[in-house]
Amino acid sequence: MIYFHLFLVFARIGCLAFGGGVAVLPLIQKEIVNTYQWLTSGQFIDLITLSELTPGPIAINSATFIGYKLGGVIGSVIATGSFCLPSIGFILLISKFLSIFEGNIKVQKIIKGLRPSVIALMSLAGFSIAQNGIMDWFAVGLGILSFILVWKKIVDPIFMLILAGMAGMIFYR
Amino acid sequence: MNGLIKGKKRTLFVLFISFIRIGAFTWGGGYAMVPLIQRELVQKKELLTDDDFINVLSIAQSFPGAIAINTAGLVGIRLAGIPGLLVAILGSVLPSFLIIIMAATFLFHFGDLVLVQRFFRGATPAIVALIATGILSIAKNSLKRRFDLVLSGALFAFMLIFDFHPFWIILIGALTGLVRKS
Repeated sequence: MIYFHLFLVFARIGCLAFGGGVAVLPLIQKEIVNTYQWLTSGQFIDLITLSELTPGPIAINSATFIGYKLGGVIGSVIATGSFCLPSIGFILLISKFLSIFEGNIKVQKIIKGLRPSVIALMSLAGFSIAQNGIMDWFAVGLGILSFILVWKKIVDPIFMLILAGMAGMIFYR
Repeated sequence: MNGLIKGKKRTLFVLFISFIRIGAFTWGGGYAMVPLIQRELVQKKELLTDDDFINVLSIAQSFPGAIAINTAGLVGIRLAGIPGLLVAILGSVLPSFLIIIMAATFLFHFGDLVLVQRFFRGATPAIVALIATGILSIAKNSLKRRFDLVLSGALFAFMLIFDFHPFWIILIGALTGLVRKS
């Protein structure tokens, strides 16, 4: 029964999660803390901290974590899978649509028109991470250095993340 | 024919491994993975062109779901059909899935997280830098007119100051694209 509830809740969140990451958080909180009371507010805040420290989309991390707490490994597979399911459905539909209308000028114009929106959304994501996470001059310097090294293709992006993380471990004792 | 099957299997394998690598290092939400995908699939493996990737990223915003999942799935289906879609999503989810299960099982005493927290504090400026390189490379490739630049700035301000939901930002982009000349 709990599996079925996990499926329902996370498939619903997956269907409604428009705008990714931060936009999804209140939705998850509403379902998990208020409606189903699977976690207390305090546990939910712990979950957010854990999600920020671990890789992956916050919705996926929450789904895996809550699924695991409630129904073990099977629960976590069901929760994570059901969250991805709507995405898979939308992708199938859109790809079918695009394979038919790929050459359509209006469709192309709409897709091109989304570019400023993507830049605005990415800028907001970067801005909010910077606002919460860059709090001293060391971080500012590290950010600028990382930018130069990655932009000039001197250091691979993944390697840069590891290097910066290690620098943080040494500096923030 | 045999070569073709081998080619397809290889693409699936490359997709899976690439998205595991990308998924393992996507901190800070879906947008942080943009430069990683650019590096892994556009530059290293040359499976996508820059323009293809920007189109995929734009389409990924226009329906619900985590940006990381939508982007991975769209890249996968473009390169290797439905198996590609599944393999790319599985690869990008797997690292966070395993890490969360390990975290839920073994630690969750927050004392154990101090080292991770320090690591993350150092990685955060790099995440911001990675997002900035992603923004800049997309802007260089696609904001050819002053109007695009002004619109990007305006949409950013709408969200920051007036708290516009991403849905409206996507809708405004789509509509201005539609009415624009050529």
